[in-house]
Amino acid sequence: MADLTTDFLGIKSPNPFWLASAPPTDKEYNVRRAYEAGWGGVVWKTLGSEGPPVVNVNGPRYGAIYGADRRLLGLNNIELITDRPLEVNLEEIARVKADYPDRALIVSLMVPCEEQAWKDILPRVMETNADGIELNFGCPHGMAERGMGSAVGQVPEYIEMVTRWCKTYYDRPVIVKLTPNITDVRKPAHAAKNGGADAVSLINTINSITSVNLDAMSPEPMIDGKGTHGGYCGPAVKPIAMNMVAEIARDPGTRGMPISGIGGVTTWRDAAEFMALGCGNVQVCTAAMTYGFKVVAEMKSGLSQWMDEKGYTSTADFIGKAVPNVTDWQYLNLNYVAKAKIDQDACISCGRCYAACEDTSHQAIAMSADRTFTVIDAECVACNLCVDVCPVEDCITMEAMAPGTTDPRTGKVVQKDYANWTTHPNNPGAVAAE
Amino acid sequence: MTSPTAPGIVAGRLSADLLTAGFADLHAPLDRHEAHVAADRCYFCYDAPCMTACPTGIDIPLFIRQISTGTPEAAARTILESNILGGMCARVCPTEDLCEGACVREAAEGKPVEIGRLQRYATDTVLTRQGHPFTRAAETGKRVAVVGAGPAGLSCAHRLAMLGHAVTLYDARPKAGGLNEYGIAAYKSTDGFAQREVAWLLGIGGITLDAGKVLGGELSLDTLSDEFDAVFLGVGLGGVNALGIDGDDHDGVRDAVSFIAELRQSTDLSALPVGRNVVVIGGGMTAVDAAVQSKLLGAESVTIAYRRGREAMGASRYEQDLAASHGVRILFNVKPHAVHADAIDLEYTSDDGTGLRGTGETMTLSADQVFRAIGQTLTTDGGLTVEGRKIKVTGAGRTTRDGVWAGGDCALGGDDLTVTAVAQGRDAALDIHAVLTGA
Ligand SMILES: Cc1cc2nc3c(=O)[nH]c(=O)nc-3n(C[C@H](O)[C@H](O)[C@H](O)COP(=O)(O)OP(=O)(O)OC[C@H]3O[C@@H](n4cnc5c(N)ncnc54)[C@H](O)[C@@H]3O)c2cc1C
Ligand SMILES: Cc1cc2nc3c(=O)[nH]c(=O)nc-3n(C[C@H](O)[C@H](O)[C@H](O)COP(=O)(O)O)c2cc1C
Ligand code: SF4
Ligand code: SF4
Ligand code: SF4
Repeated sequence: MADLTTDFLGIKSPNPFWLASAPPTDKEYNVRRAYEAGWGGVVWKTLGSEGPPVVNVNGPRYGAIYGADRRLLGLNNIELITDRPLEVNLEEIARVKADYPDRALIVSLMVPCEEQAWKDILPRVMETNADGIELNFGCPHGMAERGMGSAVGQVPEYIEMVTRWCKTYYDRPVIVKLTPNITDVRKPAHAAKNGGADAVSLINTINSITSVNLDAMSPEPMIDGKGTHGGYCGPAVKPIAMNMVAEIARDPGTRGMPISGIGGVTTWRDAAEFMALGCGNVQVCTAAMTYGFKVVAEMKSGLSQWMDEKGYTSTADFIGKAVPNVTDWQYLNLNYVAKAKIDQDACISCGRCYAACEDTSHQAIAMSADRTFTVIDAECVACNLCVDVCPVEDCITMEAMAPGTTDPRTGKVVQKDYANWTTHPNNPGAVAAE
Repeated sequence: MTSPTAPGIVAGRLSADLLTAGFADLHAPLDRHEAHVAADRCYFCYDAPCMTACPTGIDIPLFIRQISTGTPEAAARTILESNILGGMCARVCPTEDLCEGACVREAAEGKPVEIGRLQRYATDTVLTRQGHPFTRAAETGKRVAVVGAGPAGLSCAHRLAMLGHAVTLYDARPKAGGLNEYGIAAYKSTDGFAQREVAWLLGIGGITLDAGKVLGGELSLDTLSDEFDAVFLGVGLGGVNALGIDGDDHDGVRDAVSFIAELRQSTDLSALPVGRNVVVIGGGMTAVDAAVQSKLLGAESVTIAYRRGREAMGASRYEQDLAASHGVRILFNVKPHAVHADAIDLEYTSDDGTGLRGTGETMTLSADQVFRAIGQTLTTDGGLTVEGRKIKVTGAGRTTRDGVWAGGDCALGGDDLTVTAVAQGRDAALDIHAVLTGA
């Protein structure tokens, strides 16, 4: 079985699966059990400054979005950072780290944007012997209104400044956790880098309202008749998170900067995808909150099986491997032509592909009286919609046309050579091809 | 070809096509799509009731999740780590009484997750590759004799070999597998699966199969105890109870298990004789299997005669319905009274709480052939202490003699199920290992 050991910023962990800073990591009891269940590392629930801790609402703090069969696809929360005293958390962190030296333990922090506040807390974190810190610049609710969390994460100058303080007063790795509630995630990533951050982690949760109670006319979760936007996470946010990760991984200003991938990681495959996009490891919250700590067992066995099948002996072999293939639209090969193809043996004649293509795409699927569905190559633009709506996996496939054959839709011969929009005749700004 | 209505016990009642169709896989294997749809229904329950209900404690939620995420090989590993005969168990376990009976979706919708079929999907993936997924620990230099190559013995031998011990596996019969090979209904274990599984299991290495050796014949417990560091007995129940009524020795009267063994070893089912009117005495899985397979061979009428009510029947409701769907009639509260040349007299019974008694009222059924399926008995005890007609064991299969363990059907405390035999063989192996290595 493949070796899942990872080295992230010099912090070794037996596997790349870390629990993200959130309720699963809020106390010693949880973290010990998480390690026993096999998690490679833990980012402790965000700590605030000394003094009376924050308070949480006393009503529902979560809302959910479901797929079929009540499968939880998205979770929304209005929880704040830890509501337990700083002292208690620090003592617990020190104890747990002493007992689990081979597991990663990172302390997440969120204190006011004043140098003194950081100067105060960092030496105390140092004393716990934790492996590093993560700066929570992402929490979108409650803390932002107090000038912390995403209120900092949305202002690159603040990120840079606070990161620099941390690098000054703390000598272990500093990870900056980014908020997705921003237009261009590369800006805060640059700021983190300029401030000296060792890595970025992303994403924190996304501003959201998951549902509206139509009797009470209030967003949910509803506290005494009112609701507020919360932070969205879980499988539903993975595509958004992966795009942000890829943007940072391929940006010239941040390329090569270590990334910890967060957002909807639920299975080994999700993790492999984040890592292929450049993440040195992944962090998980919702999957653990939905299925319990044991869910990591599948992540480990699946990743290890896949690595064996691919011949990867260490995670370093595939981290970032997909990054060179992430490009801009304008560089996609316009000479590549494909057609949908329906496997008649696999087809169950539900007609979903037909409805999709006929009503909303290119009228490229023919339906016979006996419900045989076939693609009309002369109409098909290879949009992939039919593939996406077909209930049978691999029933519809996209088949590339061989160069030299004629596309019946355009009447043009498929060219072997790559040509993109930058040189396309329809592009007013096209540069002449050499 | 004869016909279903030909009198007497004759062969060739059905065409080859009908025989092939009848004896085909009871449940067709799931394909990838079906497996994913079935796996999707699992809730990944905490401390899952299905897992508790499995005698080998397979981590069912985990293996189903591994199927969902496209890694059936990892799923198979999860299964086989707990139950090395997970492939056979997927086919023969009365899941309705075990894991599926406990599944929370049985409670929610009256329709459990199809754990058995999913288990088969996963284990088939690994077995068709024929690669053995486990490796042996370094040789310990210890030697263990395992007598009986049924589920208990195979499971024990595999675990011992994996832990680095050298195992000699003896069996009286020419082929290993025990009742997997000679007893399980043909439609539950098709295409020579039992032998394929044994061959795959032996792929671990470190196990020498010595077939055709009988304990009580060329083998004795004393010599085995002298020659080996430990001995495990998994000899099953070789004998069959007698009816104890007039005509018990009649030509048409036969043990259900020997009939099934002959059927399982037959290469040409059209050459296998069966009665026109068959009556099976008993109420367990063996009775159902004998009845259904008689019907599948072309018997015109098949009746199971069970002495108590439906609730008390050993065969599960699922098995009863399976019999009914094949056209087998089940009579409750009747016991055999006398067997004649082509008929059997049954007497009605009742139980007022003081014990089962005949009411004196009888009925007569046509019967060319009568099968005894009223339980098996211990034939080999190796001179060990016997209790409740089984070898007395305590803890993980320790017999009253030092260095000798027993498990499976022959040992006290089992359920007479394949899966329990596997669990007991494995647990005895772990105990033997602990004793031999002083761990
Ligand atoms: C007809 C029938 C149908 C069944 N169907 C099912 C089913 O669908 N599902 C289910 O879970 N269970 C079923 N069972 C029960 C199940 O088969 C047994 O519980 C299981 O096989 C017990 O395993 P074992 O290893 O203890 O014994 P066995 O499988 O009986 O194996 C014992 C082995 O020991 C060998 N042996 C015996 N005596 C000696 C000796 N003196 N020297 C050397 N070797 C010896 C035998 O040849 C045999 O190979 C069925 C049983 C029968 C009879
Ligand atoms: C209830 C809840 C509380 C959270 N609290 C914190 C927190 O204190 N600090 C933090 O950095 N992120 C917090 N998060 C965000 C998670 O760490 C993570 O970034 C996010 O949930 C996305 O990952 P996921 O899709 O695996 O859940 C919280 C998330 C949830 C659901
Ligand atoms: S790929 Fe798009 S255009 Fe082609 S058949 Fe499918 S839905 Fe229609
Ligand atoms: S959606 Fe898929 S299964 Fe349904 S008709 Fe189209 S090709 Fe067939
Ligand atoms: S009880 Fe049913 S739903 Fe729950 S884990 Fe077991 S198989 Fe899955």
